[in-house]
Amino acid sequence: MRPLALNRTELAFADGKPPYTHLQAVTEANRCLYCSDAPCIKACPTSINIPEFIRKIATENLAGSARTIFDSNILGHSCARVCPVEVLCVGDCVYNHMGVPPIQIGKLQRYATDRAAEAGPLPYVAGPDTGKSVGLVGGGPASLAAAHRLRRFGHAVTIYDKRPLLGGLNVTGVAPYKMPAADGASEVERVLAIGGIQVELGVSVPDDLSWADLLARHDAVFIGFGLGPDSRLQVAGEALPGVFGAVDWIEQMKLGAVPVAGLRRAVVVGGGNTAMDAVRELAGLGVAHVSLVYRGDEAGMSGYRHEWEAAKKLGVRGVFRMQPVGFVDAGGEAVAGLRCVALGPDKKPLSDDEHVIPADLVLLAIGQGKLGALVAGLDGVEVAGGRVVADAAGRTGHPRVFVGGDCKNGGKEVVNAVADGRDAAIAIHTLLTEGGR
Amino acid sequence: MPDLRANTGGIRSPNPFWLASAPPTNSGPQIMRAFDAGWGGAVWKTLGQPIQNVSSRFGAIPFGGKNGVGFNNIELITDRPLESNFREMAEVKRRYPNHALIASLMVETREEWKEIIKRSEDAGADGLELNFGCPHGMCERGMGSAVGQEPAVNERITSWAKEFATVPVLVKLTPNVGDIVPHGLAAQRGGADGVSLINTIKSIIGVDLDTMLPRPTVGTKSSNGGYCGVAVRPIALHMAAALARDSRFNLPISGIGGVANWQHAVEFLLLGSSSVQVCTEVMLRGYRIVEDMIEGLEGYMRQHGVETLDGLIGRSVPAYSDWGELDLNHEIVAKIDASKCIGCQLCVVACHDGAHQCIHPNPDGSLRVPFVDESECVGCNLCQIVCPVPDCITMERVDNGFAPATWNQHLTEGATLRPKKGSH
Repeated sequence: MRPLALNRTELAFADGKPPYTHLQAVTEANRCLYCSDAPCIKACPTSINIPEFIRKIATENLAGSARTIFDSNILGHSCARVCPVEVLCVGDCVYNHMGVPPIQIGKLQRYATDRAAEAGPLPYVAGPDTGKSVGLVGGGPASLAAAHRLRRFGHAVTIYDKRPLLGGLNVTGVAPYKMPAADGASEVERVLAIGGIQVELGVSVPDDLSWADLLARHDAVFIGFGLGPDSRLQVAGEALPGVFGAVDWIEQMKLGAVPVAGLRRAVVVGGGNTAMDAVRELAGLGVAHVSLVYRGDEAGMSGYRHEWEAAKKLGVRGVFRMQPVGFVDAGGEAVAGLRCVALGPDKKPLSDDEHVIPADLVLLAIGQGKLGALVAGLDGVEVAGGRVVADAAGRTGHPRVFVGGDCKNGGKEVVNAVADGRDAAIAIHTLLTEGGR
Repeated sequence: MPDLRANTGGIRSPNPFWLASAPPTNSGPQIMRAFDAGWGGAVWKTLGQPIQNVSSRFGAIPFGGKNGVGFNNIELITDRPLESNFREMAEVKRRYPNHALIASLMVETREEWKEIIKRSEDAGADGLELNFGCPHGMCERGMGSAVGQEPAVNERITSWAKEFATVPVLVKLTPNVGDIVPHGLAAQRGGADGVSLINTIKSIIGVDLDTMLPRPTVGTKSSNGGYCGVAVRPIALHMAAALARDSRFNLPISGIGGVANWQHAVEFLLLGSSSVQVCTEVMLRGYRIVEDMIEGLEGYMRQHGVETLDGLIGRSVPAYSDWGELDLNHEIVAKIDASKCIGCQLCVVACHDGAHQCIHPNPDGSLRVPFVDESECVGCNLCQIVCPVPDCITMERVDNGFAPATWNQHLTEGATLRPKKGSH
């Protein structure tokens, strides 16, 4: 993979949750009750044995602590940073029922995995060669987790990604105050260090390599290519300079330099977690007036409540029940504002009166195109609601095709993609050892 | 990869972590779950003549928000039929041939010992542990610690067991004695293949302040129980080490008492134990704790370049010395690292009230880093112990020009001692 640029705008951000010192980690670890059948484990999509890894921090068995994490979640290093722990493990800590601050599981997991990253290679070796081969489409968390597990089983694997770098949204999409691109990239290197994971970058499936060719090359195929490009409003003026898809803009900001110095007013359209990230990032980069425009009520946004509360603390303004209908053009050279109509509780326009929200940057965070259509050429693989249809283990209607991550679940967390990839790898292993081609 | 295989008096196990004879080893299904979790051995809950237990049975001391820093019990030996125990023992041994399965035994007469030893061996026990330690209930009937407190009785029953047994015999010693060494030597004279210690300490765990009844409470009464848990570890370490360093004593030791994690286990190994037995922490947190114990021990062995347990066992014993052999001219003083000090002043109050009044508030009232008067500091460590910041207070060596001199050398050879500090 090529090295990351050094002028990345994301480098302006400090760590939103600074790492624990050793003493802080041990002190917090000693608070853990070491629950049996712990709720935190059940809240974790990858079922990390959280009380066990925390106990091992308390006894200074840091190598064992990291192994407990990585056994369940090979991307445990990034998940410690990017997981919405407030609604997962930490949210279910039993201390919440005692009126006592819950254990800071994410920060403890970061402590254990940071130390493991410093200590050297992860404690995994590839299994004895099985002679079987698996192709993985997309190089994000789902495919990385699947590839690593498949290598432990001894299968040959090749990851294909249309981009010039691996890691997927873990590198290109995570809010920089949670994790900078470099940390996501170094985690990828530690995953690849198991050896034998072939990587073909700049290869788009099915454009550059057809499904038929892929199935001819490999005994099984895993689809983990995530979601498509940002959805557009489809209103006049959307092509103006200064109007971007939010995922696209975040990627530019994480991998290179985006101009922010002259920006005074920025508007983000949408109410999901991409919108939450975008407004926090714009406010963090010093844009004086950041607004979030959403069609529904404040309570109806799908983004996490704790993220929106954090955004409001940064001065982000919410504009609710507003439907964008067009853009204000500042002489054809740049966007100058967003034209909206107010909506009633039924999300119907109250009148034709237009409100103009001034803006010299507009980011659209209204969803991403589902890539389900790209699998149209695969016999037996069905698409519903833009998602590839599969069972819990990622089995599609094609006996040799598996799927996981955002293209299966419609867009969830990194930790869900890791669980999908890991579980699909186990299902693939079963196929290849008990009835392969 | 370090080799964790252990051997205590001919009883071999894949690692040195055994479950002590106690509620966690009450049945075959329990022990099989423990072996699946990673335990290397188990000493079956003591077998003997039928008994009846009381309710309640356990008491605990909370500390730091967690219950059980100290723990006691008034439960007796197994209350399950011997037939069930022996049937399950045979099943465990059949399924886990490489784990150490030890039968803990406690009966009275020579004939009873002969019979129960035969039945234990027939069930496949790899070794026997003679329970001469239980300090509650059974001792009132002339067994348990009543035996362990009388070296002649200990020796006699041990010799009976050796007469009847073909597998190794360990004698489990009671700490309820003034000096453990005569009791270890009695077991040795009786022919034991090893000793295990400590059993629990005679105790009353506390009193319920509402009912004014001692705990654990059985109706309107209580009884003295056996004290255990991490709080007893220092007592156990001393007793194990006292035997390990005695030149007349040469049996292997299975260390017991307050082992809650791998670090505690390493302490027992370093002080001469070749295996460790755990009960209380398993009762409180489950068999699962052994995973961390195995990993932690392996990591420690790698860190110290040790490939087998023999490289650890007894390594700290030579440094355990009589007080009269300590160097009285070895001088250290407290140093406070101002860059780490958080200004809590805990060292000041501890030194003023509990030590030798040599740590004072900073003469500059605007600073919180205390001042150590090194000319008065006796090097007692109390400040270091109360300091909440690791490595903030260190005890630094002072070269006072005096040659090393022990009290014994001072008495016998007139060796010169340095001037006393803090004794004006």
